[in-house]
Amino acid sequence: MSATTMTMAKALNAGLRRAMDDDAKVVLMGEDIGRLGGVFRITDGLQKDFGDERVIDTPLAESGILGTAVGLALRGYRPVVEIQFDGFVYPAYDQIVSQVAKFRYRSGGRVTMPIVIRIPFGGGIGAVEHHSESPEAQFAHTPGLKVVACSNPRDAYWMIQQAVASPDPVVFLEPKRLYHSTKAEIDVEATPAPLFSSQVVRPGTSATVLAYGPSVSVAMGAADAGVADGLDLEVIDLRTLSPLDLGPVHESVRKTGRAVVVHEAHRNLGMGAEIAARITEECFYSLEAPVLRVGGYDTPYPPSRVEETWLPDLDRVLDAVDRSLAW
Amino acid sequence: MADLVDPPLVQLLTPEGERVEHPDYRFDGDDEMIAGLYRDLVLTRRIDTEATALQRHGELGIWASLLGQEAAQIGSGRALAPQDFAFPTYREHGVAWCRDVDPMALLRLFRGTDQGTWDPDEHNFGLYTIVIGAQTLHATGYAMGIQRDGAVGTGEAGRDAAVVAYFGDGATSQGDVNEAFVYAAVMNAPVVFFCQNNQWAISEPTTRQTRVPLYQRAAGFGFPGVRVDGNDVLAVHAVTTEALQRAREGSGPSLIEAFTYRMGAHTTTDDPTRYRVSDEVERWKLRDPLERVRAYLRRVHAVDEAFFTDIETEAEAIGERLRADVRALPDPDPTMLFGNVFTEQTSELAAEQAEYAAWSASLESEVVR
Repeated sequence: MSATTMTMAKALNAGLRRAMDDDAKVVLMGEDIGRLGGVFRITDGLQKDFGDERVIDTPLAESGILGTAVGLALRGYRPVVEIQFDGFVYPAYDQIVSQVAKFRYRSGGRVTMPIVIRIPFGGGIGAVEHHSESPEAQFAHTPGLKVVACSNPRDAYWMIQQAVASPDPVVFLEPKRLYHSTKAEIDVEATPAPLFSSQVVRPGTSATVLAYGPSVSVAMGAADAGVADGLDLEVIDLRTLSPLDLGPVHESVRKTGRAVVVHEAHRNLGMGAEIAARITEECFYSLEAPVLRVGGYDTPYPPSRVEETWLPDLDRVLDAVDRSLAW
Repeated sequence: MADLVDPPLVQLLTPEGERVEHPDYRFDGDDEMIAGLYRDLVLTRRIDTEATALQRHGELGIWASLLGQEAAQIGSGRALAPQDFAFPTYREHGVAWCRDVDPMALLRLFRGTDQGTWDPDEHNFGLYTIVIGAQTLHATGYAMGIQRDGAVGTGEAGRDAAVVAYFGDGATSQGDVNEAFVYAAVMNAPVVFFCQNNQWAISEPTTRQTRVPLYQRAAGFGFPGVRVDGNDVLAVHAVTTEALQRAREGSGPSLIEAFTYRMGAHTTTDDPTRYRVSDEVERWKLRDPLERVRAYLRRVHAVDEAFFTDIETEAEAIGERLRADVRALPDPDPTMLFGNVFTEQTSELAAEQAEYAAWSASLESEVVR
């Protein structure tokens, strides 16, 4: 086994490096990703090693990044674009949902769009507005886009390579508050789980807690804390938001009879709403309680001094579990 | 505003059909080539009028007519080398003709049996783009790909490639077009921005899009711009040929403003009598892009009268073929709804398709009962 301990930032960097080594058609594009290595340093050193033709510092124009990525894809390249912060993706929204997502369908399958759209997402870093958003539902709602979120360095390393290898467009969500705060040992010769699969990351019997991205560590923290209260929570890392991989979820809910979905995004019409509906359709007779949701409140993301109140935390997850158990 | 309506433009063939000199541009084809361009103009117009008629008869959902813009499209389209790539908006039927795209492929799109499914790589002609200006960025990205392929500035005539992005005057107000100008300029991308200024963005005149002549925008982005008589096929050909060659050599982007006029409606859903006066239309009729080429060919006796009647016969045959073929087009099988969203269908979509199939079958069995 060839294992190295890496932060999530380093794991993404190593994954991108390996993807670029494997395929000369992979090009990186984004603001400040060259000499600076990106504002989060995810692309650190890549321009030095692969040159500025493959690691492209773009003008400060997000629609331009995505629109020119479409053109490069049409020419046979595999662009991996970096959106600097979640809240800056909206100027590129039209190119993503109207062009990237629909090219294959409207061309009757003649044109593929192997583009990866990397978005550092979520809050908890004390930033100003537009730097802490969770736009995943807006992309998961768009046919033609695949949406995934990693939650730990190991997945980050493998999932970014799998996303780059995917022939279809992938919105790749990176929980920015975990970039430098988590470390894991990564076996670079292992066989990874399929990209579009959810994974049980902690088996249990009391209730099923579903999370993705930054909320997985919150859910795990809740499961750990719940042990003292006699709870044995099963935690599932969804990993893929579109398509959803609900097979393991249904299996788990049939076992526990209870489900709590956790995400940072606003609750109203968020991923939790879809997951709750799908669990209800499939597992109605197994449910002991309604599927509950813990999300960000339905307000714009607040000033950072109160973001900890806004973000779902361990206590709110455990409170939802208690409500489910008390039903 | 005077500059907007009284432009200094490149012209090589007057509305009366007389060749004129220009200090910077020269049409380098012979009369045989001009006769060929005339055939393109007539046949393209015939395809367009047939499509408009088919829409009026309910055979097409909508049509975006190019009437009046034939010279801008044929002049530029015929300047393209085989390895060049064109990114159209949704009105470039003449450019599609130059790239050997079957007119039926366009009609299927506007009839609603598909969404435009010619093979872009077979014709080096992109798919029609409805969102205004989005394709100018695609063109720029494609041109960046050409650079990375080392297909610029090699000096090999069959290898060096360029891209042309088509858009209208209204599109110049869009952020994407301005971003495309920025990217193309700083990347020195081999792309020619070809703006057909047809004076009207649906009901809004060019004065609602800009205070300066559009070709002058290029200077602010750092590349050359030129205004050409868009109804003069020779001038458009000459100007585009030079811009493409410049791009292929590695000298970067340029902007061509083809000053022309949309003779018809924006699309068949539009009523131009609500926003423009008939005097204006009558004035532009005197600058018809076909008439001046016909006048020239007759003036210099480049062709005989049979040439014109042969083309008319050919045009009629195309019109008849399109009419018959459009009416014979079958509606697509509803299961096509579920295909080609992704390279491999997801299990979620497969389940939806199966659900539809079961529901559809249940309806049929009800009918039988």
